[in-house]
Amino acid sequence: MADASIPLRTRLAAKGLDGVTLLALPAALFLIALFIYPFGYGLWLSFRPKDGSLFGNYVKFFSDPFLYETIGTTLKLALPVTLMNLLFAVPVAFRVRLMKNQRLLTTILVLPITLGTVLVAEGMLNYFGPQGWFIRTLVTFGIAEPGQIKLVNNYWGVFISLVITGFPFTFLLTLSYVTGIDPALEQAAATLGARAAARFRTIYLPLLAPGLAITFCLSFVQAYSVLPSAVLLGAPAGPTRVISIAAYQAAFEQYDRPMASAIAMIMGFVQLAVVVAALSMRNLFYRGPAAGAKG
Amino acid sequence: MASLSSFKTLRLDGVGRDFGTMNALKDLTLEVRRGEFIALLGPSGCGKSTALNCIAGLLPTTRGSIYLDDRRIDTLPTEDRGFGMVFQNYALFPHMTVRANIGFGLKMRGVPKAEAEPRVEQAIRTVRLETQAHKLPGQLSGGQQQRVAIARAIAVDPPLVLMDEPLSNLDAKLRLEMRQEIRRIHQSLGCITIYVTHDQDEALSLADRIVVLRDGMIRQVGTPEDLYARPEHLDVAEFMGFRNRITGRVTSRDGDRVSLAVGGTTLDGTMRHDVAGETAVAAIRPDDLVPVAADAHGIDAVVEAIEYRGRDFFGSARASGGEELFFRADRRVNPGEAIRLGAEASAVLVYPGE
Amino acid sequence: MSTAVLDNASPAASGTSLRALGARLWVIAVWTTVVFFVINLFGIIAAVVTSSFATRWLRSWLPQGWTTKWYASAWAEFQLTDVLIVTFQAVGAVVLLSGLLGVPAAYALARREFPGKKLLMLLFLLPLLVPPMTFGIPLATVLYQTGLGGTLWGVILANLVPTVPFVILVMIPFIEQIDPRIEAAARVFGAGTLRLFVTVLLPLLLPGVLAALLLVLVRTIAMFELTFLTAGPESQTLVVALYYAVFAAGVRAVQSIDAMAVVYMVTTLVWLVIALRFVNPTQMVTRSKRQAH
Repeated sequence: MADASIPLRTRLAAKGLDGVTLLALPAALFLIALFIYPFGYGLWLSFRPKDGSLFGNYVKFFSDPFLYETIGTTLKLALPVTLMNLLFAVPVAFRVRLMKNQRLLTTILVLPITLGTVLVAEGMLNYFGPQGWFIRTLVTFGIAEPGQIKLVNNYWGVFISLVITGFPFTFLLTLSYVTGIDPALEQAAATLGARAAARFRTIYLPLLAPGLAITFCLSFVQAYSVLPSAVLLGAPAGPTRVISIAAYQAAFEQYDRPMASAIAMIMGFVQLAVVVAALSMRNLFYRGPAAGAKG
Repeated sequence: MASLSSFKTLRLDGVGRDFGTMNALKDLTLEVRRGEFIALLGPSGCGKSTALNCIAGLLPTTRGSIYLDDRRIDTLPTEDRGFGMVFQNYALFPHMTVRANIGFGLKMRGVPKAEAEPRVEQAIRTVRLETQAHKLPGQLSGGQQQRVAIARAIAVDPPLVLMDEPLSNLDAKLRLEMRQEIRRIHQSLGCITIYVTHDQDEALSLADRIVVLRDGMIRQVGTPEDLYARPEHLDVAEFMGFRNRITGRVTSRDGDRVSLAVGGTTLDGTMRHDVAGETAVAAIRPDDLVPVAADAHGIDAVVEAIEYRGRDFFGSARASGGEELFFRADRRVNPGEAIRLGAEASAVLVYPGE
Repeated sequence: MSTAVLDNASPAASGTSLRALGARLWVIAVWTTVVFFVINLFGIIAAVVTSSFATRWLRSWLPQGWTTKWYASAWAEFQLTDVLIVTFQAVGAVVLLSGLLGVPAAYALARREFPGKKLLMLLFLLPLLVPPMTFGIPLATVLYQTGLGGTLWGVILANLVPTVPFVILVMIPFIEQIDPRIEAAARVFGAGTLRLFVTVLLPLLLPGVLAALLLVLVRTIAMFELTFLTAGPESQTLVVALYYAVFAAGVRAVQSIDAMAVVYMVTTLVWLVIALRFVNPTQMVTRSKRQAH
């Protein structure tokens, strides 16, 4: 064939495969070895339970309320927190978009993300504790009786901690989507007689919807895999026994790796289900450049 | 809104806008009659877009007021002014079809569907987009997007159409086409159009009156003919294509005729303002500056470059005083050749020296 | 004349002013929320710092007295010297390796179109989308089976899983905005591949690499889950040590734990401050460049 006269190297290069392309190989191999392979191995392992049956782990998970209820417990935390964060992030992002100097606020908000859940948990144990400044302030202003409100070591402790670390994350993502929309679109709508609410509904919301769906997914997935705050701030034996606690206990307390893998797979599957649901809602809206056609 | 469509004049009364300590726009006073096409012309940063945004209500004014007849409108939010605006990058709603884009204004004003639909179709016909009406803006070419933007602005039948450098994103050929289109649409509507541009050709060919702005101030208001032939200030002259400026000493005055001593020679010109001082600056278009006989009035210069432009030659030369001069010649002159360049006194505009 | 104007404007103006009031209330509500959030955030941080300097702090707004002794005791009790050494070893290795693996890969992806590129991009995107807790458990299982679990190398490898893709995704847009003609020009002038890399590419890439690696550094110091799942007693980083200290609260004095928390906070914030000199805070989460103007 005519191809034979052309060296293989040249033919590959024509397809974009040359020395430069090979530079991606080490990273790709690394991730296949340490991300894809463990996942596959975990999936395989989850079907090799200690009792020898194929679905033993999954049967056990879905028949033991102490295990299967963790799905609901985690959803009950993650969904409201994510929705609340998103609901607050949108109006705040819309205000901040108008600010000239956003950097101070974004810097402050990046603090809890950087410091992480463990430090926030330790700080919250002080600050929201029964003798902490928050409760003291409420009591001083007569909003609450001493001992009436408990904000740590229960559901609300984990909830608040997910807001503290999750809101900034959601907000910064939302902000980057909001600022990505050409402000001239809103101005154009205004010159055409659209009031603020109508501008939001007809222009911003449809253009933001894809971004908000992605933001929701990323925020949800983070909240869903919460571990440290559920242990440190919650009631890890009861109301905040989230699914990652169950997985961790199986792996490192009962040393039942197949079971731990099964729980991790279930965790991943639930996340995937919610993400797919959120992203398919995104398809109801316009998908395309939000910056205005050809700018 | 109905009361707006029967208005007669738009009046800007000392409108100003500051950004921090900077005066982006100082004291803009202007009266525009219905049916007029006004161009706001000036280099970037002259305040022309600021002026437009103030009229549209996209920027609050710092000073002054704006009236449609006797109705004060600068206190109204943008959405209550009912003007049409065409943005520089068109700002079409990317998620709406062409038809929905054009109908947006009518929908926001609560015009019933039965009444809105024919008006939208009318607007689509006006900009000749009948075959594209179902498409999304992203599927259109630049020129078509431009038409959608115009149709969207005029569909609501606004008393005032504002255009912010609408042609700057188009290529040269399309720009010429759209220029005629805009003029045609303006004439068919009979509204006021205020058109911001930095391109004097555009302003000259489109506008009934041109407002030249610089540093946030009006430098001159006049018809295109006025501005082209009789720019009042040196900077306006330069903007209107008087590329040559020659500084000289005033030697004699006679009415508006004035003679300048430039180097060792004499240049005759016409005064635009009373030139009181000793020195004055003459401004000449390259088209009017031609080689003349060695004993005629003019400026001595040495040719630096010459190029053939079809009918004529255009060249640059270095005057004895060091200024670079651009001139026209009907025969080839060679680089290095010493020539004398002169112009009709009426084509040499003389302004006070700086 | 002014009265005539007022009369003309008044019917519209009343509706307008009502809406303006609503808009103002809305703005106030939004800012109140933000301020409330920020106050509580600072309250949380301040509570940790205050407690770490407190002699005794029970049932009162402020501690009875101030001391720095908890820092000395935390340092000894939690063997912070060892922990800090491990932390910096792990973080340093992660930063270096994710740069070495990530930057060339980003270069390839930014400059070449080849079959399977979409699939490769998905491979690099997934570890950032799947939360660490989900892939961490199977990963830890594999690492423990190969004997790497519980060692410093196990911690480093686990942490590289999200940081290599992070570097790639930050660097791709950065490399794309470098004009490939610059490299072509260098080749035309006879620069070999190595010379090209050292004299042309490296200086151009450096700002982007620096920013990406600083972000990796900050994220790795604070990365809890992966380290927690793979670290043994000898390979705990600061954040994991802090978790165990908080988890076992009651064993040690609260102030001692808080002193350690402050050490952790300072370690993180120093690098955050350095990082923010080079990157926009939004980049900490969005992983994409903001439109440069």
